[in-house]
Amino acid sequence: MSILLWTWIITGASFALYIYIAYASRAKTTGDFYVAEKAVPPFMNGMATGADWMSAASFISMAGLISFLGRDGSYYLMGWTGGYVLLAMLFGPYLRKYGKFTIPQFIGDRYYSNTARVIALVCAIFVSFTYVAGQMRGVGVVFSRFMDVGINTGVIIGMALVFFYATLGGMKGITYTQVAQYVVLITAYLIPAIFVSLQFTGNPVPQIGYGSAVTAEGAALLNDPSTQGRYLLDILNSIHKDLGFPAYTSGQRPMIDVFFITFSLMIGTAGLPHILIRFFTVPKMRDARSSAGWALIFIALLYTTAPAVAVFARTNFIKTVNNVEYVNAPSWFKNWEKTGLVGWKDKNGDGIMQIRPGKWDDPKSANEVKIDQDIMVLASPEIAKLPNWTVGLIGAGGLAAALSTAAGLLLVISAAISHDLMKGIVKPDMSEKAELWWARGGAGVAVVIAGLFGIYPPGFVAQVVAFAFGLAAASFFPAILMGIFNKKMNKEGAVAGMIVGIVFTAGYIWWFKYGDPASNTPAGWWLGISPEGIGTVGAALNFVTSYVVSKFTAAPSAEIQDLVGSLRYPGKLEVPAASSH
Amino acid sequence: MSIHATKELQAYWKENLFYIAVLLSIWFVVSYVCGILIANQLDAYTIGGFPLGFWFANQGSLVTFVVLIWVYVWLLDRLDIKYDVQQD
Repeated sequence: MSILLWTWIITGASFALYIYIAYASRAKTTGDFYVAEKAVPPFMNGMATGADWMSAASFISMAGLISFLGRDGSYYLMGWTGGYVLLAMLFGPYLRKYGKFTIPQFIGDRYYSNTARVIALVCAIFVSFTYVAGQMRGVGVVFSRFMDVGINTGVIIGMALVFFYATLGGMKGITYTQVAQYVVLITAYLIPAIFVSLQFTGNPVPQIGYGSAVTAEGAALLNDPSTQGRYLLDILNSIHKDLGFPAYTSGQRPMIDVFFITFSLMIGTAGLPHILIRFFTVPKMRDARSSAGWALIFIALLYTTAPAVAVFARTNFIKTVNNVEYVNAPSWFKNWEKTGLVGWKDKNGDGIMQIRPGKWDDPKSANEVKIDQDIMVLASPEIAKLPNWTVGLIGAGGLAAALSTAAGLLLVISAAISHDLMKGIVKPDMSEKAELWWARGGAGVAVVIAGLFGIYPPGFVAQVVAFAFGLAAASFFPAILMGIFNKKMNKEGAVAGMIVGIVFTAGYIWWFKYGDPASNTPAGWWLGISPEGIGTVGAALNFVTSYVVSKFTAAPSAEIQDLVGSLRYPGKLEVPAASSH
Repeated sequence: MSIHATKELQAYWKENLFYIAVLLSIWFVVSYVCGILIANQLDAYTIGGFPLGFWFANQGSLVTFVVLIWVYVWLLDRLDIKYDVQQD
């Protein structure tokens, strides 16, 4: 059967499964809709968190991105996993004990302030929309590459599906669909990786394989018998040296910047509302801890495989394309050339493809080959000569990753509108039934807006992942941390801290992306910290501001301090019923 | 209902904070120290075909993160029993 047919069959079957699950677990109450009745087993919640977390970018682009960055790419690997340690120890269990529905609600209750709640809800909506736009675009891109339909048609199909299960099922429907989506995406990711690792090194575990020696079969695939018996990473390093690239296993970026980016991604992860609310859905405090543990196992499975995929793909790509006559290019190269993900421009007119540092369309560079980062994952089954159904699986996996993340984000937006804005501030006497309608309506409208972002991608989308993480790091992370660990932190301190953190971080990123993009270089950055890493500084400013302001203003009431105390112990102390506003 | 935490509960919280401090120190050392600050020096050593600093940045810190969470789960389960604060 052809690749196209396999892709349609596998994707169609997975969509039918998602729809069935969503229907079977549809929400009937607001408790269902926001927090799945707090009845999700930790193992399941871990899988759902994994799917919620791993986006279209993690699945399709990350391995390729790392293959260009070498060791520097590790800031994604460490940054996007290390936050779960913080979630397990600093946030998850206490937010579960608090036991309500949303993050803005927690911030509003803890800081007895509607102002704080509004800042938090605006931030939650902004961060989630920033993130979801890329997901819907990702759905369209996967459809167009694997299934021969236009990007816009793909986005609309994705919208219809998410619309159905997010408005119908709420958190309950989303959770169980995400469990299925995790299984699809991890299977799709691991199968090609395992086979490639086996072919090159004889080791079925890619995480070990890419640090192993190349077998005779691997050397044959690389068209170079002399590589047999040598460590793969040594081979890649010497290829890099020969072609004028820095060694793959060495770091190029200034150490201070790598440090700040990693930290910003970690605390940004711990401050993202769509991840935090997953901890509201488990039965007990101890389940919140173990579900963070499960989540990280499921996430690390992909995140430790990605750098292996990066090394296998990069070595193979260079070895089988560089210095090869174009007429003899491998068949996958010609297949993917049509999509524009790879390309060749014969600058020196010798009919031979040369890979060198620099851009392929830059006349001053000797590089003649275009390599899009996405090709490393998308073409991996073909490069490894795997059967056609595995290619179809990659398409279904990319869609699962994009759809599951989109759904989680849309729920945050919907809950911020219905629960925090409408029920919490505008119309507190609203009935549960009315609130549920607002929640479904909010999710529906959010899907449509997200879809429009996917069809007409605003220019800023690609550049603003830094925004999402930076803002989460500079606003939510400090406010929640101090809310739990410092009983004396008060309304004035938290509000001032959040405002300072947000304004500083957003201003810094805005300046280098729009104000003066020409100065966006290590020499132009403050202390050598890039916009990607500035969330760390924003968070530090938030902490300092909050602390200083809280010292000069009134401490929170005894009830609030009791509320904080109650979060710290399972079982014993009830969370006080009413907040003071 | 609002009761103040008893001496015993305060002791529970102190022990919890101690565990967190120890585990987060390890978290910091494997990722920020081994994977970033001294990665170049560690690269002089290898495990299998991996330069050591590169391995910490690519694999070692992630594996340690998983272990840290599960150690914390185990420690706090014991702590909950010791202070008899399990949730039903």
